[in-house]
Amino acid sequence: MFSQQSTVDSRQQWTVGCGLWTEIRRGVLFTLTTMLLLGGGYHGLLWGIGHMALSDQAEGSLERRADGSIIGSRLIAQKFQRAEYFHPRPSAVDYNAASTGGSNYGPSNPEHLKAVRERIAVIVAEDGVTPGQIPSEMVTASGGGLDPHVPPVAADLQAPRVARSRRVEVGAVRELIAAHVEPPLLGIFGRPRVNVLELNLALDARFGQFAPVLNTAREEVR
Amino acid sequence: MGTEYVAIVATILITIGTSGLFGGYMYRVFTNGRTWLDPVLLPLESLILRVTGVDPAEQQDWKRYSGSLLISNVIMWLATWSIVTLQQYLPLNPDRIANMEPALAFNTISSFVTNTNLQHYSGETGLSYLSQMFVITFLQFVTAATGVAAAVATIRGLGGNRMAQVGNFYVDLTRATVRLFLPLALAVSVFAMWQGVPQTFEGAATATTLEGGAQTIARGVTAGVVSIKQLGTNGGGYFGPNSAHPFENPTPMSNLVETWSITIIPMSMVVMLGAMLNRRRLAVVIYATMLAIYLPMVVFAVAQEAGGNPAIGAMGVDQATGSMEGKEVRIGAGLSALWATTTTVTSNGSVNAMHDSLTPLGGLVPLVGMWLNNIFGGVGVGFINMLIFVIVTVFVAGMMVGRTPEFLGKKVEGREMKLASLALLWHPLAILVGTAVACYVWATTPDPGMALGWLKNPGPHGFSEMLYEFTSSAANNGSGFEGLGDNTPFWNISTGLVMLLSRYIPIIAPLAMAASLAAKPAAPETAGSLRADSATFGLTLWMVIVILGLLMFMPVAVLGPIAEHLALR
Repeated sequence: MFSQQSTVDSRQQWTVGCGLWTEIRRGVLFTLTTMLLLGGGYHGLLWGIGHMALSDQAEGSLERRADGSIIGSRLIAQKFQRAEYFHPRPSAVDYNAASTGGSNYGPSNPEHLKAVRERIAVIVAEDGVTPGQIPSEMVTASGGGLDPHVPPVAADLQAPRVARSRRVEVGAVRELIAAHVEPPLLGIFGRPRVNVLELNLALDARFGQFAPVLNTAREEVR
Repeated sequence: MGTEYVAIVATILITIGTSGLFGGYMYRVFTNGRTWLDPVLLPLESLILRVTGVDPAEQQDWKRYSGSLLISNVIMWLATWSIVTLQQYLPLNPDRIANMEPALAFNTISSFVTNTNLQHYSGETGLSYLSQMFVITFLQFVTAATGVAAAVATIRGLGGNRMAQVGNFYVDLTRATVRLFLPLALAVSVFAMWQGVPQTFEGAATATTLEGGAQTIARGVTAGVVSIKQLGTNGGGYFGPNSAHPFENPTPMSNLVETWSITIIPMSMVVMLGAMLNRRRLAVVIYATMLAIYLPMVVFAVAQEAGGNPAIGAMGVDQATGSMEGKEVRIGAGLSALWATTTTVTSNGSVNAMHDSLTPLGGLVPLVGMWLNNIFGGVGVGFINMLIFVIVTVFVAGMMVGRTPEFLGKKVEGREMKLASLALLWHPLAILVGTAVACYVWATTPDPGMALGWLKNPGPHGFSEMLYEFTSSAANNGSGFEGLGDNTPFWNISTGLVMLLSRYIPIIAPLAMAASLAAKPAAPETAGSLRADSATFGLTLWMVIVILGLLMFMPVAVLGPIAEHLALR
């Protein structure tokens, strides 16, 4: 092997091409070994750890009904349009969690500004607030299109509408929001936020399920 | 925004503080020292070297070292290209993803083999679980290790005295993979899983939402990818939106750890340099010079994003939390701006906010980071890029005082300067010529919006999208202004070629340069020598980087981001 040879020898070997096959063989063997180790062994080990110790998170933090059917993921925004529920941030992909993304609109794009203006008009009409009360989060699309959170002020803003539609006290709805505010980590990392799906699940639990699930037929996996 | 500033400072301090620890660990790994993980990892390292057929004692000169590097990369390219173009016939594909078409596969594999991770596909619709594991994850480990190996060999060359050999490529590659990246990635993955990142072989979950609608939720073996994409300055996300997707970055805690993971190895690399050359003062000067460019960029980017979008402010809504288009509530505008800066000064390229939707000058910061491409930089290669600037600075300073330029006691002569210039000039050449060609094609195509469909945004921002794509490719970064419709033959092939050339020219030319220095006798430093480990040298280096590295991009910066900024005011 080359290890026994001096540098000068190996350089000559290289230039005449004798070392080429050795190099190719090494490349192939290294690729196969590490592909198995890093593609298979590494992911398998992690899957094992997840499966044994962190199965809820490893499977996607799913929320289920009593019958085991999936409502959604706590980490993934789902579409809420009805007045009886809190609404999440706008999504550029219409909350499609199988093909995700942001709007990728530049800040000066006229289409982007038009979309923002329309969202403001909708919120002003639905919630009877002035534009100055609307946090910009509620009129801008999130990065992944699946932001599960809204700022606490955005939930408060929607409380009167939700209470009115459900014919309950607005104070009780506000209490529910307050109980769902997640503070920043250690008081500094990240922003205070409310998980919309969890809040809506709590609404249903407290005041009774509002929307009957008409369509329990599961959509085929693509 | 108040607490966000504290979070930004804390994140940076934690990373700087831990880089000493990891730099020391890396030094021991690459100088045959002992570490506490040896009982587990040494057998694995020996096993891989034995199967590969490499004697750990074997030494290579720089030509053989580069030869091993290139040939191994060609083989990895061919193997992984075959997998993605045949993935629908292979197992572990519960969501029935189709084969990747050849031109897109050319781009994707070139992108991942070069540690770029530019993505013209979207993970949840474009890759099977098998491809995510055996192509993406595999390449994210070994290409990062390739960068580290090249840097270690270059450092050995710098420290050499009449020396022809720079180490053994496969030994360095295996060590970096098994003893550096594997344990760190396992730890970060488990942490990420705890925070909510999935790791499952089940296909997409089918949900019936509270309102009765249907939602298909893509998931997969995400945790294993999220860690190594960050640690190896790869950046290629499991899902299209990368770490803006809640499954890749579910909490502020995961965001902190992922931000840390972007820079920890590039920062530690500088510490390792000081230890390997036994020149800690030089490492301090380089580290401080890097910080002196990085920190002002962070401050500027955060200020831009915190200021919001004036066009939206004019509509009267409350922008107290900054510009939020393309950003996530749990992260916030400030930490998104920190990430955008960090991911582009290093050649990582992962994002936790959509860069296309950053404010105009906020979006200029990532461009500047990639134009420089040496402020901490990609694992290994960023440090090598910095070395080029160090050599150029030595040369410039030597010329200014009328003395033979010397670095570490070695004369810097014509051959070294030619190799350094090649590496230095390739970068702007690829970016500016590439962007010019794209503009030419766009401008000469009748009705380009319909015929080409590249640009989602009109005006200067559209120009920025094309500029960003070539910048990201040449910097081996991989982030994008994703409004660019980039899955077309033009972009797949042009950026694929740029990524390949921009990877190997800046690795091999500096290695040749370091070997050329290594072969020279080291003269003892005298009172007359130019000291590279002084504050004066650091200041000169800072100015050379800013003037040489940025001035040539001034015209395109004005045409794109600055024009948009002025129009928006």
